[in-house]
Order: sequence, then structure tokens, then C-alpha cells
Amino acid sequence: MSTMPVNAKAGDLASILARKQDVILGEWMREMSGAVRRSDLLKESDLQAECVNFLRLTKSALDSGNTNFQTSAWDSVREMLTNISRSRALAGFTPGETASFVFSAKKPIFTQIREETKGNADATAAQMWVATEVLDTMGLYTTEVYQKSREEVIRRQQEELLELSTPVVKLWDGVLALPIIGTLDSARTQVVMESLLDAIVKTNSRIAIIDITGVPTVDTIVAQHLLKTVTAARLMGADCIISGVRPQIAQTIVHLGISLLDVTTKATLAAAFLVALQRLEITFTSTAKKS
Amino acid sequence: MEKIPILKMDQFLLVTIQVDMHDRLAMALQDDLTEMISQTEAQGVLIDISSLEIVDSFIGRMLANIAGMSRVLDAQTVVVGMQPAVAITLVELGLSLPGVRTALNVDAGMALLRSSNGRR
Repeated sequence: MSTMPVNAKAGDLASILARKQDVILGEWMREMSGAVRRSDLLKESDLQAECVNFLRLTKSALDSGNTNFQTSAWDSVREMLTNISRSRALAGFTPGETASFVFSAKKPIFTQIREETKGNADATAAQMWVATEVLDTMGLYTTEVYQKSREEVIRRQQEELLELSTPVVKLWDGVLALPIIGTLDSARTQVVMESLLDAIVKTNSRIAIIDITGVPTVDTIVAQHLLKTVTAARLMGADCIISGVRPQIAQTIVHLGISLLDVTTKATLAAAFLVALQRLEITFTSTAKKS
Repeated sequence: MEKIPILKMDQFLLVTIQVDMHDRLAMALQDDLTEMISQTEAQGVLIDISSLEIVDSFIGRMLANIAGMSRVLDAQTVVVGMQPAVAITLVELGLSLPGVRTALNVDAGMALLRSSNGRR
């Protein structure tokens, strides 16, 4: 960001904006009605209010004679742009449409500058430069805010997904099951491990079944994460059984040279549950009459 | 100097760690426990760490050492009541305590000691 000394040009531009506000506003609205305005997402009266506010705040910021966008003189402009950009990001505008709100103001403002400084080429060029610099920075800023608000949405959804994806189910008194769906990475394993261990303490369970039917691939990292979880559970005094190992995954595990010798593995959740019941010394008898 | 009490229950020894383990305390426990095992000819040691919330690699190694020493003195060690956070920390430190038996709580630990004792 270039730091410009206080300059008189900014003040001149401010006075042009003040004098010609109505003309600029009219042309600007016309400009936007062509390409940028999304009448399906934004009411005309709201847009007009935004434009008036934009011109007013920009003018008062320029009055300070400072064109450095990061300084406190531009605080209110930044805040206004942040609000506009954020609300548009959430309403479904594209980043281009959001930034065009600022950029479409260029033409009407430049037209007025040319008229005001007619006959003085130096002054025209100087005013144009100030206006370009200010408007470009503002346009970039809206894009930046737009992206940030979209990232916030994504991050929140990611967190929600993380919470949703790790249910610990109680199958029997003393038997827990943890069906894992999707790829395991370090962050997820941490959540999985913690929720499983907490559930073990809370329900006083001796046996935990980790079902990996929904895990598409197992590589060394995933296997390592699984082993860590199993070891941690063992340290707390619970046994882990890994179930749902598909043929493909069994092959991969052997090819990768991962040792699952210390861990009980079963092909299906049902088989694992049976092992769990045997360890708890529980037996079932069928009450169906033999024919 | 504060000390961790070692209680004798039948042929077993019961150690409950209820204070923050610092290194000197851990060393003292190691001394006292080995002394006590050989004195009482205990057949099992039950270490309850359910109030222990912080571990470091030293304490982790000490638990493994105690188990090893007890085995040499012909006593089984069972560690009970480990907190999830402690378990995760030990695993991340690479201390999986092989050879140490574990149980969820004192009840389960005692049952484990009794059953393995009956088998001998």
C-alpha cells in the first residue's frame, strides 16, 4: 500500500464528488442496471441507499486529504465496504459482481472530473489518478472481504462436519461401536480418538469396536492413527476391535508392511460384536421352536 | 517430604496417586514400592491414576519401569483409571507401555489381578 502524503488533489476530488453527487449517482445507477445489478437479489431502493452512503463516506474520507486506504480516515469506508461485501457474499453474488459495484462508479466519476477540469490536462490527469487509485483499492478490498466471508462459511461447515462425523454408539452394556465414515486425517483422528476415549470413561465400557467399513482407503498414516487410538484405549483398560476391513484394504495393509498383529480384526461389525459378547461371557439362545 | 502411601490388601498392594507427580516423588515411589513388594511378598500391584491429569515422558517411563521391576519381583502390575487426555499424551509421546496391564477402574483391576493370580 503506497503511503501518499496529504495532497490537495484529494480535496479537489472530494469537492467534485460533493457538487456533482446527484449526477454521478444517476449515471452510476444507470451503469449498474445494465450489467452488474442483480434485481433478483437486491432491491433498487436498497442499492440506491448503498450508493448514496458510498459517495458520502468516500467524500468525507477524501476531505481529510489522505488517500492511504489503511489509515483511520478511511475507517468508515472500510466498514461500509465490509458490510456490503459480506452481505453480498451470503446472498449469493459472485466476487466479480461484488467488486463491480465499486468499479462501475469509475465511469460517472471520471466523466465529471473531465468536465470540471476542462482545458487543464494536467489537473484532469492528476484527478483521474487519485480517483483510480482510491477506487481500485476499494474494489480489491471488497473482493478480499468477499473471500474472507466465504472462507468463514466453509470453516464453519468443516467444523460442523467434524462434529457430525464421529458418533460413538453404545451396542451393549460395556460395548461401544465407532463407525468411521470418510477419510481419516490427523485433525479428524484427534476428534475421533477423544470422543471414543471420553465415551469409554463415561459408559465404563470394556470393549470398543472401530468399524472402518466407510473408510475408502487406508494408507500408512490412517493405519498409524488407528493404532494410536487402539493403544490409547488399551492404556485406559479397554480392548479395541477393528471391524469392516475390506479385502482391498487388507491387501494394502499387508503390502505397506503395517503390523496389526496386536489388534483383533474382524471382517464385519457383526463378527466383532460376537467377539465382544464372548469376552463379556454373554450367550444368546434362540427361542424359536425347532421343527 | 510428601510421600505416596502404599496400602496392602491381602496379597496385593494398592497405590493411589492423588497429587501431581514430580520427578523426585516418582523416584521415591519406585524405591518404596520395590521395597514393599519384597517385604510383603505381594503378588500384584494396582496403581490407580484416575486423579492424575498431567503426565510427561518421565512419569510415563516410570510407570513402565515399575511394571518391569514388579515383574522381576514376581508381582503383576495393573494400571487403572487412566484419563483420556493422559492416554493420548502417552501415545503421542510414543510410550505405549507394553507389558503393563490396564483396567478401567479399581474394581476391574482387582478382578484382573485375582483372576490371573488364581491361574498361577
